[in-house]
Amino acid sequence: MIIAKLAYKSLLNRRASVLLTLFTIAISVMLLLSIERVRIDAKSSFSNTISGTDLIVGARTGDIQLLLSSVFRIGHTNNGVSWKSYEYITSQRGVKWSIPISLGDSHKGQAVLGTTFDYFSHYRFAKKQNLTFNKGHPFAAINEVVLGSEVANKLGYKLNDSIVISHGMGNTSFHHHDDNPFKIVGILNPTGTPVDKTLHIPLAAIDLIHGGKASLEHEHEHEHEHEHEHEHEHEHDEHNNLVGHPKQITAFLMGFNSPLYTLQIRRNINQYKQEALLGIMPTVTLKELWEMLAIVEKILLLFSAVVVLVSLLGMLTTLLANLSQRRRELAILRSVGARPWHLFTLISIESLLTTLLGCLVGSALYYLVIFSAGGYLQSHAGISVNITMLSYYELGLIGVIMAAGFIIGLIPATRAYFYSLSDGMSIKA
Amino acid sequence: MINLKNVTFKWHKSDSSLTLNIKELAIEKGEHIFLHGPSGSGKSTLLAILAGINTATSGEVLILKQNLTTLSNTTRDVFRADHIGYIFQNFNLLPYLTPIENITLGCEFSKSRKQKILKQSSNKNSALQQEAIRLLNALGLTAQYHHKDVAELSIGQQQRVAAARAFIGSPEIIIADEPTSALDTNNRENFIKLLFKQAKLSDSTLVFVSHDETLKPLFNRSIDLINLQEQV
Repeated sequence: MIIAKLAYKSLLNRRASVLLTLFTIAISVMLLLSIERVRIDAKSSFSNTISGTDLIVGARTGDIQLLLSSVFRIGHTNNGVSWKSYEYITSQRGVKWSIPISLGDSHKGQAVLGTTFDYFSHYRFAKKQNLTFNKGHPFAAINEVVLGSEVANKLGYKLNDSIVISHGMGNTSFHHHDDNPFKIVGILNPTGTPVDKTLHIPLAAIDLIHGGKASLEHEHEHEHEHEHEHEHEHEHDEHNNLVGHPKQITAFLMGFNSPLYTLQIRRNINQYKQEALLGIMPTVTLKELWEMLAIVEKILLLFSAVVVLVSLLGMLTTLLANLSQRRRELAILRSVGARPWHLFTLISIESLLTTLLGCLVGSALYYLVIFSAGGYLQSHAGISVNITMLSYYELGLIGVIMAAGFIIGLIPATRAYFYSLSDGMSIKA
Repeated sequence: MINLKNVTFKWHKSDSSLTLNIKELAIEKGEHIFLHGPSGSGKSTLLAILAGINTATSGEVLILKQNLTTLSNTTRDVFRADHIGYIFQNFNLLPYLTPIENITLGCEFSKSRKQKILKQSSNKNSALQQEAIRLLNALGLTAQYHHKDVAELSIGQQQRVAAARAFIGSPEIIIADEPTSALDTNNRENFIKLLFKQAKLSDSTLVFVSHDETLKPLFNRSIDLINLQEQV
């Protein structure tokens, strides 16, 4: 009891240097926790991007390139998939659903995705969650658009606003499709995936804005036949003006009745003679991609470990330097009856208190950081950072730092233990 | 109370001459002893042996019938804390504690001294503080200084705090190592008289060490270390 009180009073007496040590530890704790949180959330955001899709099919290219362009809107494929191939493949046995997607247009730097009504019922992310609407409903007419949550937020769009889609990617596209304004009919809830940054328009509209009306007319009959086999027949019949499709799409997503079909149809696709196509299983490719990025992950981890190590070494330096200054103080304690293990306990408690406070302040700083940087990470890196209670893993990390601080504190404590009593009896004022 | 027989002391085994060589020294209970001698006569060494900080190279050091030379380091630490109050030449006060806290520190590390105070007091929570305040008042440090920073006190005031710390819990032996060297003559005598009064009250034996022989008449017995030492 008296030892704890002495430790407290002594720390208070040396508050300047103690505060510095405390802050070093706090900052290292904050860095470690933040880096770890970003690392873990990056990984989960990443693997949550798409789920429930068994196969993604696009023009033949690298597995990862196809995944990046179709799911992450990073880079784009030069070739597409012809509508004929799409129809042929999706009419195979075992195909539960399919979503054609067409990319390549943009609106103020945000990707525009042409797709069908099925997108809203079959596209899944995270733990097989469906897309849900914050406001409005799916597009029902050819000049209607559904926004991802972030597009709406960032550009300040409301329902019923009119927007214009430009050809090609980028803000400063030369060619605006001014003659085809789109009306906003729906805004999706946030998903933490690239969907948030996407504008969804009917597939039929893609060709329309490129002046491809001819193909719309031409394929009309055929399309209609196909519709009858389709499970969303009803909706499509209702919104007849959505009927139509381009000659080519960028890629399409497929779901199967059984995993067995996945492998079989994938093999067929990869050997498809009419067109050079590639089918990838998104879960497998996501994993491959993450493994490529694992080195970055490891470097991040290494950095945070080094930061913690440096701050603990800093604490050791301060403790040892203080110890020689405090020789007199400790000697006095010895001379009034404190025994060596009292001094040992005193120094240990002090370093433990410093680390404990450092960890507390560090955790507070950490919340401050994720609270203020969360929005930035979400919008710039697509990492959705959750503000939650400290997880067991994070508490474990703090525990490790505390333990390391305590163990480091044992070094000066042991030295104090061996300070001789005659120190205290013969010190000169 | 204190009995030394054939005590010798060398700092190192290889030293040719003895720092201390005392054939016999006996101090009775309740005595106020003035121990004097010029610098280098071995005063500090003798005190260190009496307090069990150093152990005699040979001979017998009996304090309260306990032979210190046979005790382990830890037992000697406990023994010292329990039975000996020590007033240091430089006071040894902790600058970050108040006078009251400095004084109670004297019995925080000794169960028996703490018990003595608690036995006499009805209020168990503040018994130590009450006793510290009583001692400070008795030694002439007024209440306004009781909670000040030790560093703000004058030398004379610090000395009273140091003395109060030695007396708290009424240890059997009080050792004062040149506690008056920083004071002028008037204050010296006053301080020593206060020490006597307090020593009587707590029934303690006082061993007062100084090289200043003018203080000698104040004590009922004085020991000249030069005479005490056997010449080698």
